[in-house]
Amino acid sequence: MFDDFFIRALVAGIGIAFVTGPLGCFVVWRRLSYFGDTLAHSALLGVTIAYSLEFNIAVSIFLISSAIALILIQLQKKTNLPSDALLGLLAHSSLAVGLVVIGFLTFIRFDIMGLLFGDILAVNKKDLLTIWVGGALILLVLRLIWKPLLASTVNYELAQAEGLNPDRAKAVFTVLLAAIIAISIKLVGVLLITGMLIIPTAMARNLSDNPQKMVIFAIIGGLLSVFIGLFSSLEFNTPSGPSIIAAALVLFIFSLLKVKQTIQLKN
Amino acid sequence: MGNNILVKLNNVGFQQNQKWLVQGVSLQVEKGKIVTLIGPNGSGKSTTAKIALGLFKNIEGQVEKFTNNIGYVPQKISIDWTLPLRVRDFMLLTDNLTEDVIDEALSLTGVINLKDKSLGNLSGGEFQRVLLARAISKKPELLVLDEPVQGVDFTGEIALYELIKEISEKLNCGILLISHDLHTVMSATDHVVCLNGHVCCSGSPKEVAKNSEYKALFGEQAAQTLSIYEHKHDHVHTNDGDIKKN
Repeated sequence: MFDDFFIRALVAGIGIAFVTGPLGCFVVWRRLSYFGDTLAHSALLGVTIAYSLEFNIAVSIFLISSAIALILIQLQKKTNLPSDALLGLLAHSSLAVGLVVIGFLTFIRFDIMGLLFGDILAVNKKDLLTIWVGGALILLVLRLIWKPLLASTVNYELAQAEGLNPDRAKAVFTVLLAAIIAISIKLVGVLLITGMLIIPTAMARNLSDNPQKMVIFAIIGGLLSVFIGLFSSLEFNTPSGPSIIAAALVLFIFSLLKVKQTIQLKN
Repeated sequence: MGNNILVKLNNVGFQQNQKWLVQGVSLQVEKGKIVTLIGPNGSGKSTTAKIALGLFKNIEGQVEKFTNNIGYVPQKISIDWTLPLRVRDFMLLTDNLTEDVIDEALSLTGVINLKDKSLGNLSGGEFQRVLLARAISKKPELLVLDEPVQGVDFTGEIALYELIKEISEKLNCGILLISHDLHTVMSATDHVVCLNGHVCCSGSPKEVAKNSEYKALFGEQAAQTLSIYEHKHDHVHTNDGDIKKN
């Protein structure tokens, strides 16, 4: 059944939505959306390195994104530039370096649009294995750090004072973020993976009154976005990433109606 | 018996960006006792509490902690709107508690009726009581309460301090309490440490209250006018927190 490219894209998208839901919630709660963007931009550099060294793409992206995260932490300690400026610096310079390197690799044919916006045809059987096994691992680890991560999101010092380890949880979370970007880049693309993390989550916030519920709604929102997005990608021959994100946007707009209702009820 | 001591600070200090936030503080908290830190804004009360909690790495002096079962009410806690939390979710933040334990703590602080409410919809007083309930829910040996009555009106303040006193008796835990108003904590505290970058004076609440400087500081109109903080000691404090010898 995985011989059909569309089934492969669908199965990949489902696997990705299960992971981007919970991770996306923490990205929004911890105000890391620009950070996620930076990691994703650096993924392009990872792809080019993988191609030039004939290395596994997902592993290469994962390593480069983690390295960028480490560099960011060092820069935050050593310069007085505010975090958003540092993130912008890293995001755009790694994207630029990635594109420059592609320019040099004339002997390889790159589908730049596919890298930036995702390609429904690109997902092979090995990618499915990476997404589902990698995704399951990410969720398992997130389950393990859930409590310290959530507690330190509410209040860092409270978590630390009461015996949790917020620094470790934060470091592990950064690695998980790099990992989801690495496994989902083929389908969603470098420029739009943060949208997959954030938009279904934003929708979920409008429908939830507790963290667990928000995670579940974010997963449902992601799944619906993948279904609607991929079917319209097939139908209208649009790139897969933008189609999924546009579907997520429509769901978000619908969720605003629910917010409006509750506000009216309150008045 | 020395093993009633829960935490002991020995001549501790902490500096940030080459500036001492607090220096030369010694105190200890024992089981069943309430120690109150008072002092003006920026005097290092919160810093001292955080040193006692072990939140800083590079401190001067020694901290000996004899318990790891700690409940903490931080001075500032703001819940971002993007994170939906009900009171019951908040109670489970750092520990896995059973429904019974949660109910017991919320009942003790009188906010059991708020269990399913969103944190964002609570009033200042309700929120402080929820914070307190969360901190005591796992029956800690040491409670650190950083200005636990902020945003609460005067009568509410007295009620909350009475509650804190009741908690210390019920749980037999030691409490390190931070307050900017000694008068309302008077009846509830065993030992007072008056801070202003260092320990200015300390003793039982009566001793501290008798102190003539103290009266000038925290006298009748003291509650409102903490800014005119002066001490009769051999030094004055400049506006940037430095200490100048007379």
